[in-house]
Amino acid sequence: MTSQRIGYAILIILALVAPAFAYPVFLMKALCFALFACAFNLLLGYAGLMSFGHAMFFGMAGYFYGHVVKAWDMPPEVGLLAGVLGAAALGLVTGALAIRRQGIYFAMITLAFAQMVYFFCVQAPFTGGEDGLQGIPRKALLGGLIPTKNDLVLYYVVLTIFLFGYGAIYRFIHSPFGQVLKAIRDNEQRAVSLGYEADRYKLLAFVLSAALAGLAGATKALVQQFATLTDVAASTSGEVVLMALVGGLGTIIGPVVGAFIIITMQNYLAGFGQFVLVIQGAIFVVIVLAFRKGVVGEFAEWWRRRRTASSR
Amino acid sequence: MFELLGIPPQALFGQLLLGLINGAFYAMLSLGLAVIFGMLNVINFTHGAQYMMGAFAAWLLLGYLDVPFWASLVLAPVIVGLIGIVLEKLLLKRIYHLDHLYGFLLTFGMALVIEGLFQLQWGSSGAPYPNPIPGGYNLGFMFLPTYRGFVVLAALVICLVTWYGIERTKLGAYLRAATENPTLVRAFGINVPRLITLTYGLGVALAALAGVLAAPIQQVSALMGTNLVLVVFAVVVIGGMGSIMGSIVTGFGLGMIEGLTKVFYPPASNTVIFVVMAIVLLVKPAGLFGQTK
Amino acid sequence: MAETLLKVAGLQSWYGESHILHGVDFEIRRGELVTLLGRNGAGKTTTLKSIMGIVEKRTGSITFEGQETVGQPSDKIARRGIAYCPEERGIFSSLNVDENLSLPPVVKPGGLSIEEIYTLFPNLLERRRSQGTKLSGGEQQMLAIGRILRTGADLLLLDEPTEGLAPVIVQRIGEIIRQLKTRGFTILLVEQNFHFAATIADRHYVMEDGRVVDTVVASDVQQSIGKLQAYLGV
Repeated sequence: MTSQRIGYAILIILALVAPAFAYPVFLMKALCFALFACAFNLLLGYAGLMSFGHAMFFGMAGYFYGHVVKAWDMPPEVGLLAGVLGAAALGLVTGALAIRRQGIYFAMITLAFAQMVYFFCVQAPFTGGEDGLQGIPRKALLGGLIPTKNDLVLYYVVLTIFLFGYGAIYRFIHSPFGQVLKAIRDNEQRAVSLGYEADRYKLLAFVLSAALAGLAGATKALVQQFATLTDVAASTSGEVVLMALVGGLGTIIGPVVGAFIIITMQNYLAGFGQFVLVIQGAIFVVIVLAFRKGVVGEFAEWWRRRRTASSR
Repeated sequence: MFELLGIPPQALFGQLLLGLINGAFYAMLSLGLAVIFGMLNVINFTHGAQYMMGAFAAWLLLGYLDVPFWASLVLAPVIVGLIGIVLEKLLLKRIYHLDHLYGFLLTFGMALVIEGLFQLQWGSSGAPYPNPIPGGYNLGFMFLPTYRGFVVLAALVICLVTWYGIERTKLGAYLRAATENPTLVRAFGINVPRLITLTYGLGVALAALAGVLAAPIQQVSALMGTNLVLVVFAVVVIGGMGSIMGSIVTGFGLGMIEGLTKVFYPPASNTVIFVVMAIVLLVKPAGLFGQTK
Repeated sequence: MAETLLKVAGLQSWYGESHILHGVDFEIRRGELVTLLGRNGAGKTTTLKSIMGIVEKRTGSITFEGQETVGQPSDKIARRGIAYCPEERGIFSSLNVDENLSLPPVVKPGGLSIEEIYTLFPNLLERRRSQGTKLSGGEQQMLAIGRILRTGADLLLLDEPTEGLAPVIVQRIGEIIRQLKTRGFTILLVEQNFHFAATIADRHYVMEDGRVVDTVVASDVQQSIGKLQAYLGV
């Protein structure tokens, strides 16, 4: 337990000084995807539901944010709230339908709904179609107290948002509600026979996951000042799965690590065009075949083995 | 000439024909997905990429070796099916004991690699494939391009042959039995791992055959299967994967619904299949022809 | 004396972490009808599955016609001439009676023809187009037995063919098993129903805790009845 606290303390210090070593815009993008991956992992790791359509929440929230802040000229807080609530509402509708099937069908259904949202975004006027929503103004937060035009200031804002989202997930997982969810994941029939309404728990987890994915997507729009079709596309849904998988499914910190690895990789390979896709695909194949526990999972296993070996 | 709800019949029947053609592809692809899922317990996300490879194989055979369309109709599925067999032996067979989700992720990764490599080599803009049977018939109420009529008929024949093969032949009996209880079938002396490999090869070849048929209608491009496979997933959810006939009927039916939507409310034509999926999930969650598995 | 057809020596088997068989030894000669008796959980079914090669892990030795089969996959073992009729019968619901019957491939000459099998089980003939699992329990059992007679296998492994069936049908199955023996089949039968087993078998092996602990030949059954009852807890 204490070693976990020390670990978190080190990570937070690292996060605070990180802008000295890396571009704030890169860090902010990575943090947005890290939160997105954590939201996805909440659903897969703790409710056993693999959504292959999470981009619909991430991308739609970006559009909501952009529309509210640009077209309606509202403050960014309202934009973020709109992103979160819009994603949650979308999560409620799609989740209620998707949880009617399990396992692989659940993945296919969420994927199909995300594709529907994608086609909707291609045609709907407020998304700007192929061009997307461009030039969303970066307005000051808290009624002018926090200027966001400065990347460094904005970095700490985004870090705060990330920590808020991460903290929410942590609290949720360790609450009685999270325990019931795990019980349902491990043995749904038994949980039902104990009197838990499994579907309501699953739906709530789905909505919460959608809302947090929405928070991540809206924050990304705040940082990058645009929202485009890429963020609602199936490739983004696949990317978030990959991040969680690379980091380690079902570990709470894994998706963060995975997101940083994938975003860093994309950054370095940006000049190679389609090679990014090939490499991402290859990583999927290698991880599924050989490292199903992901970076964090494999590390934890190695650590445990080392400790039991040394205690002997 | 008569008119329906203010729609000229040429437009109506033209769109219905397009719907029928799309439906033919949905049926062929969902059939392959269902057969593969039954034996391998894997939803083959690579299906769209393998459809694309079929079209590309035909295009390359024509461009480099002057192989005519009719020969490609046989050759391309064989080539792509063999590549599928290699993939099964190298990669897929390692994950059968795991949760279905891993098969989904693995084949998704395979699709990314394949589509990425094709894009690197040939770019993402399409290349045309010449129509092997140009011309058409004026049916009075509409103009029927010969090749499009051929595609619908060919797809129907392919679907019925597949149905016959699975429901009425000895090999099909092995497949059905092994889908139910592979351990026992193997204990009867049947080499089930080889049967699984063969099934994957056949399912992939079916996707490639659809790709060859699509080549003269669509542009041949690296991403031609990317969105299609997502629609086919919705088709599979709607139909359920329990019944071969169910897959065929659902595929053609949804294609027609899409065509009709294009006539009466064009903006919804891309999304109508997903709306149908939502309704089916509400009314009959296991799918129209499905049993919960 | 006939040659030894199957010889099991030091057989151990596992399901995942659980160790089920702890060294099983017995043998069957060609043409014999042998039963494995024992309480639930003694390892009888696992023994059959181990012979068939469908347990997760097994060690020791199982020779069939003098050749080692441990380490071979189940389809290879079946093709040597061993056929298996599982406890749960394993009738395929997506196959009709005809298809179920002709599913197992012929591995050797000398099996029964489809006509002979239908003569043996006339009520299956009437229902040859029915879906396999629509049959009654007794009919399903007959189908499960009939199905492995076509293949030409020398050794039949029958796992509790009388379980859950009415006395008339149990009697009929007993007659059929006796007929099969006279036709030259070698049979290894797992039974809970000792009275049924006693009427047909040449020899009984008693299993307890994953081992064979005793052997009783048919002629000694009357003298050993008390001992057997103690083993089986009846």
